[in-house]
Amino acid sequence: MDDQTSVILARYPRGHRDCLIPILQDIQDEFGYLSEPSVIEVGRYIDMPTGKIYGLATFYNQFRFEPRGRYHIRLCQGTSCHVTGAAGIVSELEKRLKISSGQTTRDGMFSVELVACMGACHLSPLIQVNENYHTRLKQGDIKEIVDSYLEGDE
Amino acid sequence: MAAKTHIPVEKEYLVNNVLLNESADLPDDVEKFLRYVRRDRVKYPVILVGTGSCGLISGACDTVHEINQYLEEREIKADVTETGCFGFCSMEPLVQVQLPGKARVLFRNVTAEKLPFVLDGMFNSMVPEDMVLGQIRSSSLELWKDVPFIEELPFFSMQYRNLLKNWGRINPLSIEEYIASGGYRPFVKTIRNYTHEEVCDIVEESGLQGRGGGGFLTGKKWKVAHSVMADQRYLICNADESDPGGFANRAMIESDPHRLLEGILIAAYAVGTSSAYIYIRNDYRIAIGRLEKAIEQAREYGLLGHNIYGSGFNIDIIIRKGAGAFVCGEETAMINSIEGKRGMPRPKPPYPAVSGLFGKPTVVNNVETLSNIPMIFENGPDWFRSIGSETARGTKMLVLSGKVVNQGIIEVPMGTRVRELIYDAGGGIPGKKKFKAVQIGGPSGGFITDGNIDVPYDFESLASEGVYMGSGGMVILDEDCCIIDTVKYFMDFIQKESCGKCIPCREGTRRMLEVYENITKRPVDENGHTTLERFKGVMQLESLAGVIKDTSLCGLGQKAPNPVISSLRYFRSEYEEHIFDRECSAGVCKELRLFYIDVDKCTGCTACAPKCPESAIIGTKRHPFFIVEEKCTGCGICYDVCKFSAIYVK
Repeated sequence: MDDQTSVILARYPRGHRDCLIPILQDIQDEFGYLSEPSVIEVGRYIDMPTGKIYGLATFYNQFRFEPRGRYHIRLCQGTSCHVTGAAGIVSELEKRLKISSGQTTRDGMFSVELVACMGACHLSPLIQVNENYHTRLKQGDIKEIVDSYLEGDE
Repeated sequence: MAAKTHIPVEKEYLVNNVLLNESADLPDDVEKFLRYVRRDRVKYPVILVGTGSCGLISGACDTVHEINQYLEEREIKADVTETGCFGFCSMEPLVQVQLPGKARVLFRNVTAEKLPFVLDGMFNSMVPEDMVLGQIRSSSLELWKDVPFIEELPFFSMQYRNLLKNWGRINPLSIEEYIASGGYRPFVKTIRNYTHEEVCDIVEESGLQGRGGGGFLTGKKWKVAHSVMADQRYLICNADESDPGGFANRAMIESDPHRLLEGILIAAYAVGTSSAYIYIRNDYRIAIGRLEKAIEQAREYGLLGHNIYGSGFNIDIIIRKGAGAFVCGEETAMINSIEGKRGMPRPKPPYPAVSGLFGKPTVVNNVETLSNIPMIFENGPDWFRSIGSETARGTKMLVLSGKVVNQGIIEVPMGTRVRELIYDAGGGIPGKKKFKAVQIGGPSGGFITDGNIDVPYDFESLASEGVYMGSGGMVILDEDCCIIDTVKYFMDFIQKESCGKCIPCREGTRRMLEVYENITKRPVDENGHTTLERFKGVMQLESLAGVIKDTSLCGLGQKAPNPVISSLRYFRSEYEEHIFDRECSAGVCKELRLFYIDVDKCTGCTACAPKCPESAIIGTKRHPFFIVEEKCTGCGICYDVCKFSAIYVK
């Protein structure tokens, strides 16, 4: 894993502070999250305390510190989704998976992320599971969707 | 398949005959050739599929797959091309079919299953009536009988499609098609003929105001940055559109990325910079991909790089992906973020135009502002001034969403009345429900109600109603939406997104959210401390809003209490109902609602009982069921599953 981190770092030969966010983004794209060793390595590379990097990374919504689940669920939280009942979808999903947004289930199957607006307001409320979209949802549909992924996996 | 059937274009030909030709009209033979590039005339049948984000989510990918399969099976040679969004999201996947010599026809909601039906019809010269949206008027092509023209449809008839001109018509990944539609000629003309000052003057004369919401004159901003002595200046394009409910800029990049690039190039020339950044939201994967491709193509055509077409002007464009912070939409916060710091705003002055990115003069413009620039140079500043209202020139892109029939992105002249936007373009409220309000401008915006719905849509008129234009999102709310719940949602969003620099914004918005949580909570008991706290909070809401507004540093903080102020102004009765009667007449606030079963309608089908998470529904099969009031949490699952509308909320 350290090798991959160094490959990413090599893309930024200048190693200035303004490369920090792009480096972290590349690491997250590669591994799905920011692991402790990778953050330490980034700190060494651009000569910055690890604490400061965490300070920056936790400021932005994009960065995760836990690995993604096999099924990464993105929940749209736009205004249109809200007025069509997204709040119920969130609570139902969190209850079913027993995690809150930003977390991953213990078995590593599901992770949940809230996003501001996916720009598909005409299909609201919607969720994205990996590359699949589930649109015009009702609270009662969540159980079925979660089960379908669990079954598909067996 | 597209490569074989669409007309091949040579780079040298386009550069020499189109880009470097500065006369107003191109020679006839060139124009005739470009007509084929633009697909105004076609040799093979053309099938265009809208594959913006909205199209893809609606299933456009399967539709494209199905089209290719259909053509392969029947051995038909056709030009299948993926275009951007047409703007009419609720009609996606939108497919356009054009047969040689005939006008182009648009079809709505063409999912993979419905596709053979459309193509069978079209290839037999019969337009399947129930799926057709309309045809595009053309003077040189044969028109279809009994097919409406799209400009006559209410959704399109009031629009003024300048920015959206190429949307859904050209392949966003083809620079050739953009050039054939008149693109990049204004840029080449500008750098070869005008000085930096002249470009600033022309933009100022046009009256173009920043479309990010502030409404500052763009030309003036450029002039300030250009007049500051510095060895380097920067231009930043703000594409970090993270307002919930606003996605017009993303659609712009997905549908016509070259228009934005051209705007950036002209702006960079005016400001006198050789380095421009595009700060784009990381979630916009499709848009980023198309933008990268567009930059690559522009570089190939020599429109980016050193000494462009012998003018001595150098420019490079760098894409920076935003890491997801709403506050980074504020220009100084965005500058901090590009520098690799937390996206927290800086005090102004010094304004970025004087000292911005890396301490150098920096101009920050929004995607829509920059996309307007090429048109100004194509048609002249007077033409631009003639559109819109006295106080706001040009057009504005809007996103219609929520409880409205036609959802999508429209472009209308500034000063169009909000009523027309909702009832004409939007087609009114679905399901004969009553209109309650329209929320304009995202979390920093406000509400327009039935009482002032005739207000013109421009910066000043909206501001006088206490509404901030923002990025152009319009979410329509009907009687089933609760204003208190909507405001609570916005406060929740803002308090999460507050960067934490100013205490009034960080703590104030959190306290506001608490007030809203308190008044939408089911009462534990009516006596004691909690009740007192609840009333105290509500009474202080207005003065707290004032403090946050006055003492926050950046625009986000200053506008944070807008939803609260706006809702208190127009929906006092709804507040009172929640506070005094502990009722939510819209039936949205979970803890204030209870569900009941109508014994006359319930058939005892047992659909609801097993779904209830609290096991609050009891009864025996084929007899009306009953909800135990004490157990019901108001989640609403039973309401959703009931097929007989037997469950009602009170």
